[in-house]
Amino acid sequence: MRLLTGNDLKTGAVTWWTGSDWSIHVEDAVDVTGSEDEIARSEEAARRVNVPYAVDAELHEGSPRPSHIKERVRAIGPTVRPDLTLKPADPEIGNWVI
Amino acid sequence: MYEYDQYDQAMVDARVEEFRDQARRRLEGKLTEDQFKPLRLMNGLYLQLHAYMLRVAVPYGTLDSRQMHALADIADKYDRGYGHFTTRQNIQYNWIKLEDAADILADLAKVEMHAIQTSGNCIRNISSDHFAGAAADELVDPRPYAELLRQWSSFHPEFSYLPRKFKIAVIASETDRAAMRLHDIGINIVTNEAGELGAAFYVGGGMGRTPMIAPCINPFVPLDRLVTYAEACLRVYNRYGRRDNKYKARIKILVHELGAEEYTRQVEEEFVHLLDQGVEPPLAELERIKGYFEDPAFDTGANARIDRSDPDFAVWVDRNTVEHKEPGYVSAVISLKPVGGIPGDATAEQMRLMADLAKDYSFDELRVMHTQNIVLPHVRKADLHALWAALDEAGLGSPNLDTVEDIIACPGLDYCSLANARSIPIAQRIAERFAANGKTGTLGELKLKISGCINACGHHHAGHIGILGVDRKGVENYQLLLGGSEAEDVSLAKITGPGFDENGIVDAVETVTTVYENERQDGERFVDTYRRIGMNPFKEALYG
Ligand code: HEM
Ligand code: SF4
Repeated sequence: MRLLTGNDLKTGAVTWWTGSDWSIHVEDAVDVTGSEDEIARSEEAARRVNVPYAVDAELHEGSPRPSHIKERVRAIGPTVRPDLTLKPADPEIGNWVI
Repeated sequence: MYEYDQYDQAMVDARVEEFRDQARRRLEGKLTEDQFKPLRLMNGLYLQLHAYMLRVAVPYGTLDSRQMHALADIADKYDRGYGHFTTRQNIQYNWIKLEDAADILADLAKVEMHAIQTSGNCIRNISSDHFAGAAADELVDPRPYAELLRQWSSFHPEFSYLPRKFKIAVIASETDRAAMRLHDIGINIVTNEAGELGAAFYVGGGMGRTPMIAPCINPFVPLDRLVTYAEACLRVYNRYGRRDNKYKARIKILVHELGAEEYTRQVEEEFVHLLDQGVEPPLAELERIKGYFEDPAFDTGANARIDRSDPDFAVWVDRNTVEHKEPGYVSAVISLKPVGGIPGDATAEQMRLMADLAKDYSFDELRVMHTQNIVLPHVRKADLHALWAALDEAGLGSPNLDTVEDIIACPGLDYCSLANARSIPIAQRIAERFAANGKTGTLGELKLKISGCINACGHHHAGHIGILGVDRKGVENYQLLLGGSEAEDVSLAKITGPGFDENGIVDAVETVTTVYENERQDGERFVDTYRRIGMNPFKEALYG
């Protein structure tokens, strides 16, 4: 599957396309195969996202997991500062990222 | 410390307002990202893995306590309570919002700081010896020359769109503490046979994907020609640098392709042409600048003995303090490398403490080292114990300067969008391994440097041991390099062979240190043994 991601224009936060909006949680992301360019163009024009691009992903326990480690680090946060990630309390999250 | 004059302040203030307007127009959609990106980069604002990243310039690494407090306040108010000190003596914040960026720049301007020319193809922050003005072995304080060049290079219209970024370092001692020959221009202030001061120019060094050691192109440029000569070096580069290929656009490639001799010839020709153009500021300006860098009021009668009866303190003194030109003083290094910590990171609280200690014990001065530590340059020996006790309590008392724990690591894949692999966890695990096996002290000086990609921000080419993160089919992999140095014995490290995974690289580092322990002769550092016995014994131990 393909996910559309970018950064929030105002805050720079990593965001994912949910089909109707942008979420900071990769679990909310939907497959955009085929329509990625079109959504990216209109959302960027609407200033709802900055520099969007599509990435490969697979379903993992029912949720999308980006194929490349860089996108997984983006999705969660720095591996060396679990306290600053989106899932500070999840002891398994390191395995999901790496 | 240098103080802004009315021009400096007016320029910086004007730039803040200009950027405020640009950011507003971007947020309102009047500028596209393509239009805005070069503007934000001119103000040090990148877009990185998790948010915007702001890089703040610390000219030649010198700060006062007021500035360090301002950096701490920014970390608390606009970021997540910490900052990352970099190998170019700057500080980076990782969690910046575009909405806040102009306010941050305004806060910086209030303490004579900015983020101008910390990105883009211009002359970047000029780095220098972190012990400048304190070192026992320096000829003169190199910072006035760095400041003169800073003024010349700030907003220089001709050099705002160079073929590629441009980094200058200035030192004034035989010992090189600033990786001088790995810069686009390295300047060493020297004396000639008549005892006059001048500048030796080394041009075309650098790291990145094609590391090069800068050759000396002129061993003595008189001081009243310093700026003119630098201008000539830049002009030739600006004209002939490879704008067609970003990977070949650094000056090192031009110098290499032309040959040092031909490049020098062209510089000399340009120099003669420039001589009557009035580029050089009057020497009086240099004298004026020097006034800001005069010695503080040292207590020349201060006791030159240190009470070493506290053993933990004595270990720290031996490791982390450096001889000062005044016998009653030392320069004290505050390690930002606690075992298991993130090299170069400091919390706002730690920044405030370091600022307060600088005020109490070091004439209000701090320095950022390119090894991502902080220096209090002028500490009375009599005050050292109190300083150490305060640092130790705050987790800033690691006695590991220049040891295997004192690792330079770039942000790597944890923060950087260009990275192939993570650097920081590797640094953490290596430091933990050596702290646990108790060898940190016995291995002596061992400079370990890690980059998360070929851009070499972590100086891996110049490590006694270097580590380069690569991407092997989507999996992090680490190449091991040996034998580099960025000091006066400058050399480029060589790759040992096939790379290692995350566990393997930690073992590999331990393996090569064991070879060293078995082979070393009296007084040899790791790199000396490597140079004497060559790569093979290390390869055999690694790959069998
Ligand atoms: C996280 C954002 C960063 C980005 C996007 C970045 C990007 C780059 C790039 C593209 C280069 C190669 C330039 C070239 O060879 O033409 C480079 C080199 C370098 N960077 Fe970074 N860097 C980052 C962070 C850092 C940090 C945190 C430091 C200090 C720890 C640093 C220090 C350096 C140094 C010393 C070089 C080598 C200079 C040379 O080639 O002569 N960079 N960087
Ligand atoms: S070396 Fe590569 S990974 Fe590390 S900070 Fe530089 S660009 Fe990023």
